[in-house]
Amino acid sequence: MIKSYVKRKWHALVKLSRDPLLLCVIVVLLLALILFIIYPLLKVCIVSFQVDGRFSLGNFASVMTYSNGYYMKALWNSLWMGFATATIGTFVAFIFAYSLTRANIRGQKFFNLIATIPIISPPFIGALAVVMLFGRNGFISSTILGMENANVYGPKGLLFAQVLTFFPVAYITLRGVLESISPTLEDAAMDLGGNRFTIFRKVTLPLAIPGIASSVLVLFVESLADFGNPLVLAGAQFPILSVQAYLEITGMGNFAKGSALAFILLVPSVSAYMLQKYWVSKKQYVTVTGKPTQSSNTMVSKHARWALFAVCCAIASIIILVYASIVWGAFAASWGNSAKLTFDNFIYVFRVGFESVLDTMVIAGLSTPIAGVLGMVIAFLVVRKRFFGRKFMEFSSMLSFAVPGTVVGIGYILAFNKSPIYLTGTLAILLLNFIFRYLPVGVQGGVAVLSQIDPSIEEAAIDLGADSHTTFRKITLPLMIPAFFSALIFSFVRSMTAISAAVFLVSARWKLMTVQIMSQVESGRIGSAAAFSLILVAIILVAMSAIKLFLRLKYNTKSSILTR
Amino acid sequence: MSVTLVNVTKIFTDQDDKNKEFTAVKEVNIEIREGEMVTFLGPSGCGKTTTLRIISGFEQQTKGDVYIDGKLVNDLPANKRDSSMVFQSYAIFPHLTVAQNIGFGLELKKFKKAEIQKEVDKIMQTMGLSALGSRQPSQLSGGQQQRVALARAIVNKPRVLLFDEPLSNLDAKLRDQMRTEIRRIQQKFGITSIYVTHDQDEAMTVSDRIMVMDKGVIQQLGTPFEIYSRPVNHFVADFIGRANFFIGNVVALDELVTISLKGREFSFPTFNKDVKKGKRATIVIRPEGLHITKQSQEAFFNGTVTQAVYLGSTMEYEISVKGRNEPIVAISYNPVLEGFHKVGDEVGVTFDPVSAHVIS
Repeated sequence: MIKSYVKRKWHALVKLSRDPLLLCVIVVLLLALILFIIYPLLKVCIVSFQVDGRFSLGNFASVMTYSNGYYMKALWNSLWMGFATATIGTFVAFIFAYSLTRANIRGQKFFNLIATIPIISPPFIGALAVVMLFGRNGFISSTILGMENANVYGPKGLLFAQVLTFFPVAYITLRGVLESISPTLEDAAMDLGGNRFTIFRKVTLPLAIPGIASSVLVLFVESLADFGNPLVLAGAQFPILSVQAYLEITGMGNFAKGSALAFILLVPSVSAYMLQKYWVSKKQYVTVTGKPTQSSNTMVSKHARWALFAVCCAIASIIILVYASIVWGAFAASWGNSAKLTFDNFIYVFRVGFESVLDTMVIAGLSTPIAGVLGMVIAFLVVRKRFFGRKFMEFSSMLSFAVPGTVVGIGYILAFNKSPIYLTGTLAILLLNFIFRYLPVGVQGGVAVLSQIDPSIEEAAIDLGADSHTTFRKITLPLMIPAFFSALIFSFVRSMTAISAAVFLVSARWKLMTVQIMSQVESGRIGSAAAFSLILVAIILVAMSAIKLFLRLKYNTKSSILTR
Repeated sequence: MSVTLVNVTKIFTDQDDKNKEFTAVKEVNIEIREGEMVTFLGPSGCGKTTTLRIISGFEQQTKGDVYIDGKLVNDLPANKRDSSMVFQSYAIFPHLTVAQNIGFGLELKKFKKAEIQKEVDKIMQTMGLSALGSRQPSQLSGGQQQRVALARAIVNKPRVLLFDEPLSNLDAKLRDQMRTEIRRIQQKFGITSIYVTHDQDEAMTVSDRIMVMDKGVIQQLGTPFEIYSRPVNHFVADFIGRANFFIGNVVALDELVTISLKGREFSFPTFNKDVKKGKRATIVIRPEGLHITKQSQEAFFNGTVTQAVYLGSTMEYEISVKGRNEPIVAISYNPVLEGFHKVGDEVGVTFDPVSAHVIS
């Protein structure tokens, strides 16, 4: 028994050693994942559980008792806000996704586009728009309703901004789920004599439940990790954990307490992520087969269709209002006080922040392709190869989905601020952070594509004499091209709009646009913040179109980038 | 190029539960001779594909040795083994044209462009693919894809050709056509070949020898005639074609075996070695070995027709006999001459001892 086990492992090792390049890649990747994903997190844990170099719960004790339980309140607020955002966001997204996949309403393409716009926006847009619309000088609160001293700061404003920011994520998930539920099932139920509402209640909804649960958990994690919106909107009366951890570190320089807060933030995020990945996602009834089946369009009655159409219009107009206010704000001479339009905000941005525009593009432009290629390689290894540490590779490369950026940022400054790895203030620390933070997008996309490619296609190449890297280069990679470019676009967007981790890592030499926007908002220059945001969105749109154009010319494919 | 398996065993361990094991292939020994075409035949899950994948190098055996041309290849990865495989799903590279697909192996071997072109053209001519060189795989029919897969394997002049259920995705007519074509090409190039299938007709058509497997164990290895007419056990007899089984006792054993069945004795010239005097034995008679006559005392059995199916060239009958659970299956190959019987007809069944075989 043991002999045969040893013999088997030995053969596997002998086989692997025939392919030294493969062995090298695996070893290097595993080391990189340990160093740049696991180690910073470990560092946060270690620092938070240490007082004077010894194990202690002292940091947690002082965090809990700080200022009459201020931080406990922050924890409670964060959880509550996460839960509310998750349920409301999923509910809104479900209505949207159901209307677009089942109700056959008019303007589906338009609604789909509108729902995906918030994904390519910088993290402050929701918050910024809330201030511009409902704040003291807000367009709706002050100009239209004539309210004085409208207070938008606190839970309501934040909830609105977060739902707006994150419901597209739920929409994309739920749309996929609903598309994968074959309409023939509903047709069959109707054929068996069910009325429309019964069918929805007894067939469609139960089949979508795992997807809904999954979307709630994902939104919960996103909301907990959100930094931009609460920084602007939460205010001192309504503390939020991620912001408090940031303030503890950058404001007070208290790394131990900041780490303890980060650790407290980490626990619910990782738990919800684990629940989603290892439990809820296994309950999925229907696996996505890729080809959406056409609905027979009889599932929704005429009245219901009009009702759903009206709801979609309402949601869409809120989104349009938000973006219109950003555009308007960017050109307004003084928001709320004067209706004059100028280019002053843009001139100001180029004078003050042009350097950060270049820096951001350099950082995103460098980290994105690296993250994309690494993601494809890891996806390939995880799906197709069997080796020691495979499970670990999959787990750690996907971990960034679960870990709030604030925690990662704190981990990076703790881990890389002294030799042997001193990276504080360098370009490298930002690049590494971005590469490993946006790796999961590529890994996930790559895994999805690879599991749809018949393994015998690669076996055929090996059979014809190709070794593993030739097979990867000549067969697997070309087949992964669409996934690779989706990953590229996604991680580019994420890199351009990143703030929660990056805010800890920027320096005088290397600046990011998002951090600049943050400081504009903090100093009350709403107009220039809006102008900054607009430039950011413009860069993203140009980059996306360039990649899409390249794809169409080179590979003659129209990959649906945003509807991943 | 010979292929030899010695005590090859494959045990799969459950991914989640390391204690759960499944023996897919058990102690397989076979020597495949140069230029020979051997079929691995058996129901799904019998270990035939696993055995093929062990030979190709995609699967590592748990125990035992694989020799290709007398050389031990246990630790040789698939890309270094001199074998080419034709996959069940064809595994045509979807992003390459037909010609690029076929030339892929040569390109890896660093052949010159002109040479690749020449070889690819030649093989496409042989396979009837000449006009399709610049097509995308998605523009090909199933039969054409099959040809491309075969051409891609053969163009490298492999010393062993492996087929993994290559025809199972084709429709019936094309399947018949392709299997004779595969056999023709295999014989033309004289490549040692191993062919995996669960279709016995296919196995009969293409093979020099057939290896019948069940539950990871070789049941019988022999020529198509031996497998069909001299099955070694109940499984082989039942899996290959249809068979009627009659259980009796061996009363005499010399040149012939004499079996007593319901108080009457019958003698048969062919029987397995493990048939022993005084023990029970099973007479295997194929449906075409039985003749339907009038009921009589001399008949093997008398019974009633319970099913009569007209298939054009043949007539199939099921005849139920008192005291026997299984109906007897008989085929009449020339119903127009031999006469038709209807359901409910009282008939007698006779047979010729040379078309029967006795197993233990």
